[in-house]
Amino acid sequence: MPLSRNIASIIALLPMIIISLTVFVGCIIYSFIYSLTNSKLIPVTNFVGFDQYERLFKQRKWDVAVENIFIYGFVFTIGCLIIGFLLAVLIDQKIRGESLFRTIFLYPYAMSFVVTGLVWKWVLNPTFGLENSMHMWGFSWFELDWLVNRDLAIYAVCIAAVWQGAGFVMVLMLAGLRGIDEDIWKSLSIEGVAKWKSYLFVILPMLRPMVVTAIVLIAAGVVKVYDLILALTSGGPGYATTTPAMYVMENFFSRANLGQAFAASIIMFISVVCILAPWAFYEFYLRNKYAAN
Amino acid sequence: MGGKMKKFFSILLTLFLPLSFTNVSKAAGHMEAEVIHWWTSGGEQAAISQFAEAWQEMGNTWIDTAITGGDNARGTTVNRIIGGNPPTAAQFNISKQFVDLVEQGLLQSLEEVASAEGWRDFIYPPELIETCEFEGEFYCVPVNIHSWQWMWINNDVYKQVGLPVPQTFEEFLAGAPTIQDAGIIPLALGGQGWQESGMFDVVASSIMGFPLMQSIYRDKDVDAFRDGRFESVLNTFRELNTFTDEGSPGRLWNDTTAMVIEGKAAMQVMGDWARGEFAVAGKEAMVDYSCVIPGKEKYVALGGDVFVFPKNDDPKVKDVQLAMASMMVNPTVQAKFNNAKGSLPMRLDVDTSAADACMQMGLDLIQNPDAIMRESDDWNTPAFTSAWDDIISEFRNDPNYTVAQVMDDLEGVLTSGL
Repeated sequence: MPLSRNIASIIALLPMIIISLTVFVGCIIYSFIYSLTNSKLIPVTNFVGFDQYERLFKQRKWDVAVENIFIYGFVFTIGCLIIGFLLAVLIDQKIRGESLFRTIFLYPYAMSFVVTGLVWKWVLNPTFGLENSMHMWGFSWFELDWLVNRDLAIYAVCIAAVWQGAGFVMVLMLAGLRGIDEDIWKSLSIEGVAKWKSYLFVILPMLRPMVVTAIVLIAAGVVKVYDLILALTSGGPGYATTTPAMYVMENFFSRANLGQAFAASIIMFISVVCILAPWAFYEFYLRNKYAAN
Repeated sequence: MGGKMKKFFSILLTLFLPLSFTNVSKAAGHMEAEVIHWWTSGGEQAAISQFAEAWQEMGNTWIDTAITGGDNARGTTVNRIIGGNPPTAAQFNISKQFVDLVEQGLLQSLEEVASAEGWRDFIYPPELIETCEFEGEFYCVPVNIHSWQWMWINNDVYKQVGLPVPQTFEEFLAGAPTIQDAGIIPLALGGQGWQESGMFDVVASSIMGFPLMQSIYRDKDVDAFRDGRFESVLNTFRELNTFTDEGSPGRLWNDTTAMVIEGKAAMQVMGDWARGEFAVAGKEAMVDYSCVIPGKEKYVALGGDVFVFPKNDDPKVKDVQLAMASMMVNPTVQAKFNNAKGSLPMRLDVDTSAADACMQMGLDLIQNPDAIMRESDDWNTPAFTSAWDDIISEFRNDPNYTVAQVMDDLEGVLTSGL
């Protein structure tokens, strides 16, 4: 009788379940219904079928936004994982002043994305940032125009994001590394395995739960990225660094184009589900099943 | 009384004090109004406080809800109206921004006070009445006129290179290489969407004239759009953009104006609110800097601000709203407000003796009905203008985006029925 056994926990979870259903599911249904209307400034029930979606897919800006989110998602996730893991490994070498370095590397994570965005905006600005300083020091060949170059601006956003996120991954990984049994290290050194090899092929697979946690947290940040880009580039130059979330917000507020915003957010929702569902199914269901067997 | 007890009472007091005040104030017949606006910069604050002071002198209370950025302020207004907690008054632009609110019956009609005071007789230019009138009733109060049609030019730069101050974009382009050779940025432009599209419309109107703009933006006439003149506007705009600096993307308009003030750049295209920056820097119109309305045909663009008054469940609020609407069009208040704001008043019988040379130029020009120019957002929804502006912004920023492609994409917007 699993139901009666879990009755207490179900009761405890009930408020959360109700909130989830009404707020999340309810809002998704609401968004979908109004995405089929031509609502402008305020929601109206003037249905126009899938016109909003058709218009959405014709937008050059939407294409750019989708492309950007993929570039950003890929570079940010990989960048954070690699740099975070490297930092964790380096700190794990029983160095002096460990807590100092840990604080330094984690510090950017304590900042809001808006602050990160503004700091990097000044650093990368060609007329008064790093480039200008280098020129004044006599390195006239130095060029750093990523932020104003429409092909590279999205990578400038990635740099700022990795700078902020890597420290967080480092802490997660470090916690994992500290949990590795001393005996494993002893046996690895008895076998004479090179240190980098032990990290890469033995320790990293053991850190799998940490990596999964890190990826889930980072991925959630990727989809909703908004404030960082707003502070750093405001989506520019032109709309070269715009993202789907920005597209939605823009249509909601400044453009008074609710129908279009709802359509875009529904597409965002569907793509997230499409990407995450198979993976989540595997990670949280199939694996447990196999493990149980 | 123990410490705990004291604390309890102080909390109780803070909770109920505001409540009791509002009750008293309503009983005493004095009026309380909350106004949402986005006038947060120094000059703008000075202007809105003219309204606030006039309102307070009438013995009323002014609750100021200033929200940075027009988009945010308008978003807040709409959310609060839908959420059932509307402000007494809210700022919008002279445009179609609030048309949905009128159509859904969410705004208070001001017809009572408008016909009693004869607004239709003194509001000038009459185009402003069109903006506010829906089915014969007034729904908004125009408070000022701001025109985009200006080039702001540093006179010293032109003296230095030995060129006369340009009067058209063609003259500017002819002199731009000389200025560039002197190590000065010819065109100061902040690379934000609204600045780019604002400048584009100035270039467009000065080259192709208002009648053609009207057939394109208002009548959506594809033949007029395709008759070759719009292409030449695009070409000129692209050429102008080769004379900007690489720090342009994302730069704020006032930082950009500062470049002209300091002589780092020669010229900026910006609305008449830029004059305030020159004034604050202690520069004198026509001496240190020139304000030029570019083109052979000179226009005053009819931009600016209005206030709307959302309907309220409380019937008393209507009286407050009508009283405030009446105050905003009062000639004395108009004079004070517009002198502080640097904008043109919405009626001609206003004392403008404090106007400087540039403002006087605008005041003279607006008396001529043929010089009054409407903007795209007078006829089109924000959805249309923003789709249009996106293409213009992309055209400026992507050198591979050809004029032919832009023409096709713009035609797509023109015929989209947005």
